[in-house]
Amino acid sequence: MDLTLEIWRQENPKAKGKFETYKVQNISPDCSFLEMLDILNESLIDKVQLPINFDHDCREGICGMCSLYINGRPHGPDNEVTTCQLHMRKFKDGDTITIEPWRSKAFPIIKDLMINRNAFDQIIQAGGYISVTTGGVPDANSIPINRNDAELAMDASACIGCGACVSACKNASAMLFVAAKVSQFALLPQGKIEAKDRVKAMVAKMDELGFGNCSNTFACEAECPKKISVSNIARMNREFLCANIS
Amino acid sequence: MTKLNSKIPKGNLADKWTNYKSHQNLVNPPNKPKLDIIVVGTGLAGASAAASLGAMGFKVKIFCISDSPRRAHSIAAQGGINASKNYPNDGDSVYRLFYDTIKGGDYRAREANVYRLAEVSGSIIDQCVAQGVPFARDYSGLLDNRSFGGAQVSRTFYARGQTGQQLLLGAYGALSHQIKLGNVKLYNRSEMLDLVLVEGKARGIISRNVVTGELEKHFGHAVVIATGGYGNVYFLSTNAMNSNSSAAWQIYKKGAFFANPSYVQIHPTCIPVHGDYQSKLTLMSESLRNDGRIWVPKNKEDAEKIRKKQLKANDIKEEERDYFLERRYPAFGNLVPRDVASRAAKERCDAGFGVGNTGLAVYLDFAAAIKRLGKDVIEERYGNLFQMYEKIVDENPYENPMMIYPAVHYTMGGVWVDYELQTTIEGLFCAGEANFSDHGANRLGASALMQGLSDGYFVLPYTIQNYLSKEIKVPRMSTDLPEFNKTLEEVKGRLNKLMSISGNKSVDYFHKKLGHIMWEYVGMGRTKEGLSKAVELIRELKKDYWSDLRVPGDMNGVNTELEKATRVADFIELGELIALDALQRNESCGGHFREEYQTPEGEALRNDNDFMFVGAWEYKGEDQMPELHKEPLNYEAIEVKQRDYK
Repeated sequence: MDLTLEIWRQENPKAKGKFETYKVQNISPDCSFLEMLDILNESLIDKVQLPINFDHDCREGICGMCSLYINGRPHGPDNEVTTCQLHMRKFKDGDTITIEPWRSKAFPIIKDLMINRNAFDQIIQAGGYISVTTGGVPDANSIPINRNDAELAMDASACIGCGACVSACKNASAMLFVAAKVSQFALLPQGKIEAKDRVKAMVAKMDELGFGNCSNTFACEAECPKKISVSNIARMNREFLCANIS
Repeated sequence: MTKLNSKIPKGNLADKWTNYKSHQNLVNPPNKPKLDIIVVGTGLAGASAAASLGAMGFKVKIFCISDSPRRAHSIAAQGGINASKNYPNDGDSVYRLFYDTIKGGDYRAREANVYRLAEVSGSIIDQCVAQGVPFARDYSGLLDNRSFGGAQVSRTFYARGQTGQQLLLGAYGALSHQIKLGNVKLYNRSEMLDLVLVEGKARGIISRNVVTGELEKHFGHAVVIATGGYGNVYFLSTNAMNSNSSAAWQIYKKGAFFANPSYVQIHPTCIPVHGDYQSKLTLMSESLRNDGRIWVPKNKEDAEKIRKKQLKANDIKEEERDYFLERRYPAFGNLVPRDVASRAAKERCDAGFGVGNTGLAVYLDFAAAIKRLGKDVIEERYGNLFQMYEKIVDENPYENPMMIYPAVHYTMGGVWVDYELQTTIEGLFCAGEANFSDHGANRLGASALMQGLSDGYFVLPYTIQNYLSKEIKVPRMSTDLPEFNKTLEEVKGRLNKLMSISGNKSVDYFHKKLGHIMWEYVGMGRTKEGLSKAVELIRELKKDYWSDLRVPGDMNGVNTELEKATRVADFIELGELIALDALQRNESCGGHFREEYQTPEGEALRNDNDFMFVGAWEYKGEDQMPELHKEPLNYEAIEVKQRDYK
């Protein structure tokens, strides 16, 4: 396949960025999207030019490190995959592909397509855990958990923290990310003890960091590579309401 | 010759750990905040160690190469975590888990360490459940288990096909809690480039902030390395792109011994290579072997027609299929340990029975399981894996058998540590995959997560205190000490040297070349000639690297090529050590298979008289032959036998 790429390039967080046009040739349809960018980067290095910086790590769709806003969609045109699991067979020979970083005030650009997602870590640090320390805990089977609740908690906990939800949202809201963590613990007996403080602290941190509000367009769910359901947002709203009236 | 002191406590095997804990020195609560601990790496071992040490009251600094601790490659482990809880009532016990791990490791692991691992395995599950890790449960609400290769009991706890992710998120939560409390400070997008020694003890590190490019000096009363394995020496592996061995390699060059580098695990169930542009290989969980049956055609002609796309897998009649694992190993069948399964697949492909375009693939077939259990059950068990396969290969595994081939996955070898997880440098500890200690020559499935968390939650937080108790009078040191500045200058010199080569070839060019040499000569089947050739080729490659490498850009700010360049420089040197270690080990054991040493049936043939030792290498200087030290392995509780999975 021969492709034209329109890629966002930006030297550093403060620099003015711009789109640059690149051409790649003879790309195999079985090649992954990031491997296609590897090929482009190798050709740039051959020409003693700076390669395009993008975040990536596991390349098997689980670490949440890769991002990229491809042709106007987070993680590109395929459904339920991260960019690293997107394959070139989803494009056509001769296509022009536009590649941008995640777009959100809370995720500033570091360089080119690399972004700073420390805000997500800060939200988790605000309360996205059960405050147990090592040792002195009860036997695992002394806490029976309804299978359905355990499965729903697992659905929520499958979030990889990539930030596609924020990127997809017109308000750059982090509601789906926060709701997934709040839900996981709200569904489990171990998490109930701190549930009220947790939801309050996490929501307050989310607001403080400049994420937008949720206006129920559900773009987050549609673009989530792990199919995290917006029902988690409803659950979080319920938790938040209860925490604030009791 | 330095004598390796493994510091194994005296007494009966089953009492050693209890005795150790009862008699070791501890640091009292008011002294803990006066002591700084540096932890490098935020995977299961690093995150759990930092969280536990922070909760105890120590001041911890943790370093992470990614943007967040949650990205560490532990996250990619799929299948599960072993623990001898015996919840299913199928006869499991601490001893049995210990025994299976020693046997699975082909009698090349230290008894006392492995027994301790089995002993604390149950506590790990308790800890994770308390953290809210959503393990799979049955309808009564209790925890579910499944079976894994190399065991005849079901002792594997799992969270769908994302167990590593869920355990890492549990440890990441615990770490985040301690960060919020101010006990742990996180340095993200920071890479350790060297260790600082003061009067022979580990006292700090030099790290590079990969965003600003700045070199930083950090002090710690003790340093813990938990940076994972070195599988990426092979270029193509199931490791993440940023997984690297540089921290381990730099401490080796500072005096920490490196043990058993030739013990590399090649995992049987990976998606086969599809092109030379490929950047990594994707693992399919070994749990698939619970329900999938592995086969190739019985007739070479059929295999050839499949390769030419004249036949499809489903065209081959049942009686024309060779379920080679079930045929060779009727007792364990498709659930033989990883090294055995990998070699058997390679043997069939080498003999001309391989499938796929390249002939380097075998089938993993779920048709029988779908018929027996229904598609729904298979989907519930392996849905995410099947989806992943389909996204990559573009073929529906519910209808056509999957194709798999072995790939480099895990490294049993690593930094030599004693019973306390301390390296040969005082004050320097090593945990998780980065150390060599628990898996011998082959790791069993679902044991990596167990070891990482055992080291981090329950072993290191104890043993490190035995060392730190002697350090309570040592005040925090200034990083303006000459030792820090000298090491910083050395690092700067190394980076400058890499930048100034200004040759014609990219880092990846050399990395791929190294990978080819390693896979060809230091892969699944090794020979004396091949290994000698590998050493020669790697030495040439090193020369080319340092004369023809091109790193664009500069040292300030983001420069991913420079990051890769430092790592590949270390991979090349480590590659040579792997080959040297494989060359000295004139036997086959676990993941190390020397063609010259095999039974008439083609199984690994150990030489217990001459090689029942841990081979620990000491660095002797640039381009000097390293020195091999031997730590003898004594088996008191276990009768050493030839591994038999028939």
